[in-house]
Amino acid sequence: MAVTTGKSLPSRLGVHIAVLIFVVIWTIPTLGILVSSLRDKDQIIASGWWNSFASSSQTGAGRLPAASAQTQKDGKYVIQGNLFTDGAARDISAFGVKAAAPTQYTAGSTADLGDGVSLQVNADGSFVLSSLKAFEGDRGQRVYFASSAPPKFTTENYKNVLLSEGIGRSFMNSLTVTIPATIIPILIAAFAAYALAWMRFPGRALLIAVIIGLLVVPLQMSLIPLLKLYNGVGTFFGVPSKTYLGIWLAHTGFGLPFAIYLLRSYIAGLPREIMESARIDGASDFEIFVKIVLPLSFPVLASFAIFQFLWVWNDLLVAMVFLGTEADQIVLTAKLNALLGSRGGNWEILTTSAFVTIIVPLIVFFSLQRYFVRGLLAGSVKGG
Amino acid sequence: MAAQIFSAIFVIIVGVGGCVAYFWGANKLLDLIFPSRGVTGTAAINNLRRQGLVRPWLFVGPALIILTIYLIYPVIETLRLSFLDRSGSSFVGLANYQWAFGDQDFRNSILNNVLWLAVVPAACTFLGLIIAVLTDKIWWGTIAKSLIFLPLAISFVGASVIWKFIYEYRGEGQVQIGLFNAIIQHFGGQPQVWISLPFWNNFFLMIILIWIQTGFAMVILSSALRGIPEETLEAAVIDGANPFQIFWKIMVPQIWGTIAVVWTTITILVLKVFDIVLTMTNGQWNSQVLANLMFDWMFRGGGDFGRGATIAIIIMIAVIPIMIWNIRQANRETGGH
Repeated sequence: MAVTTGKSLPSRLGVHIAVLIFVVIWTIPTLGILVSSLRDKDQIIASGWWNSFASSSQTGAGRLPAASAQTQKDGKYVIQGNLFTDGAARDISAFGVKAAAPTQYTAGSTADLGDGVSLQVNADGSFVLSSLKAFEGDRGQRVYFASSAPPKFTTENYKNVLLSEGIGRSFMNSLTVTIPATIIPILIAAFAAYALAWMRFPGRALLIAVIIGLLVVPLQMSLIPLLKLYNGVGTFFGVPSKTYLGIWLAHTGFGLPFAIYLLRSYIAGLPREIMESARIDGASDFEIFVKIVLPLSFPVLASFAIFQFLWVWNDLLVAMVFLGTEADQIVLTAKLNALLGSRGGNWEILTTSAFVTIIVPLIVFFSLQRYFVRGLLAGSVKGG
Repeated sequence: MAAQIFSAIFVIIVGVGGCVAYFWGANKLLDLIFPSRGVTGTAAINNLRRQGLVRPWLFVGPALIILTIYLIYPVIETLRLSFLDRSGSSFVGLANYQWAFGDQDFRNSILNNVLWLAVVPAACTFLGLIIAVLTDKIWWGTIAKSLIFLPLAISFVGASVIWKFIYEYRGEGQVQIGLFNAIIQHFGGQPQVWISLPFWNNFFLMIILIWIQTGFAMVILSSALRGIPEETLEAAVIDGANPFQIFWKIMVPQIWGTIAVVWTTITILVLKVFDIVLTMTNGQWNSQVLANLMFDWMFRGGGDFGRGATIAIIIMIAVIPIMIWNIRQANRETGGH
């Protein structure tokens, strides 16, 4: 479509800028978690991710060791050490001892705290607290400081969530659920779609109407009866009610209406001449289906497979109802949801886990976008 | 875990192999029972006719059985359960429905759902249409569309984490690490815990779904726009129509059918929205919606199946008009086939 209006330079520039703004708004959220997942966990809370390439400055607070750590030196009582116990490279610019004035003294200078007590804090975090009298009490001096750290990127978060937070295991669980649940419906749907497109039998029109109706039935309608059914079957046979087999079948059932609908409208559009000449040559419906329809339908089979893969991989509801929450069954989406509850403030864990959960769909999506878009158009424009 | 991978591979082989074996075997069997080759005259014709009667059901059979167990039976059963008590053992008439309309949580959910229905489909369709029109005019439009389309591949839970990070709030005086509050603070505003602000939090949750679904609307509408005959647009230009007139008076009326499809598709999605509310607020701070309320009742205190089913039925009732419209639409299109 070549719209020939808006040829003037300002309006053309306006279009570019407007699209750019949309693209930025739509991309920035995902970029945010990608960048954050690669940052050092202390820096994530110290500065916004958009500042991650600048040195981050933060005000921190610490408590010096209590009186028990004191030593005597040159007639003075001294407590020494380093504010940073983790050895991270940071740079203290100023320090203080009151919350109201956290940057009262510059780093390296000696602060007179009264009563003959003095405190020196250096840029690297080392401090010397000295007093003429012995320190008492079991609570050390509170120290506030402003520090800056050079930008630090790490893959530590990924190692952490994959190995110790259980995301790695959940990743395998998600694959276990998704692959069979994607492949099984394809063949079942393809046979049904062929029959509904090219075979004449009583009740065909009604079946098509039912399938189009089922296309929009909310999943919520199925959950309670199926949960009861699964529990009943589990009790009757003395097997667990939450199994991978159960969720494979459930996803197959929920995916079938769309699969049949999508495949039927494609298969119905295949040229009649090919079918008829094959029939004249004596081919049976089964042979026509296997030798002609299936190979010709490859694009739409691919479209459906991508849809079903994304839908099953991204599903939370079905997984929460039909699978357990133990490590051997919990899928990525459910795990991420659980982490939101248990690790609410640990953004290094959340952003990294979120990125692990979305990376597979993104790869599938980018490499197979053509089929995805084709399925989207066929699935919603034609019959609606 | 090795056992799990093994069983998954096993199921793929058994599942696919089973399907192939069934379809092949059933067809072979049919040919054996009613042979059409090797017999002559009326017998062959009769057998062919009988084959023609049975074979379609062999093809649709497995699909029909699975659809019956997983969708058709549950729909009827859910309707029945909605008239029963929490354990599904005794008949309570309309008590569950009476409870629902008297329940504060439920009424709140209905209101929020109406709000979602009013905002999300409209916003997605409108934004999608604008982006589709704009990206059609520039050379890097395909890349732009790809990037805007991308969130469609992200799960609702993943998207919720992404946006929770954007709405993240830190106490006053601390560095705001949430983009939204950082921008507000930069311009001198007051950072807020956005997702716990009653009423307005609904909109902050809706933004997530709009972010995901705009790409869908854009792709469909963009393809419909391409279908508008070029002559129509040229004629409008020659007649001196300005870009806004072309957009509103030529393009929009031409793709009205597609706009309706996009709108209804997103409407159904909105009625089922569950993950976003569960992960962002779990219905707290007056942000509850029907789908999440239903899930809640399914498991609350061991599960109240009567009330859960009732809520599911109410979601279903909202979907029915669209369902009827779809079936009619499809009938009209396949009428000639």
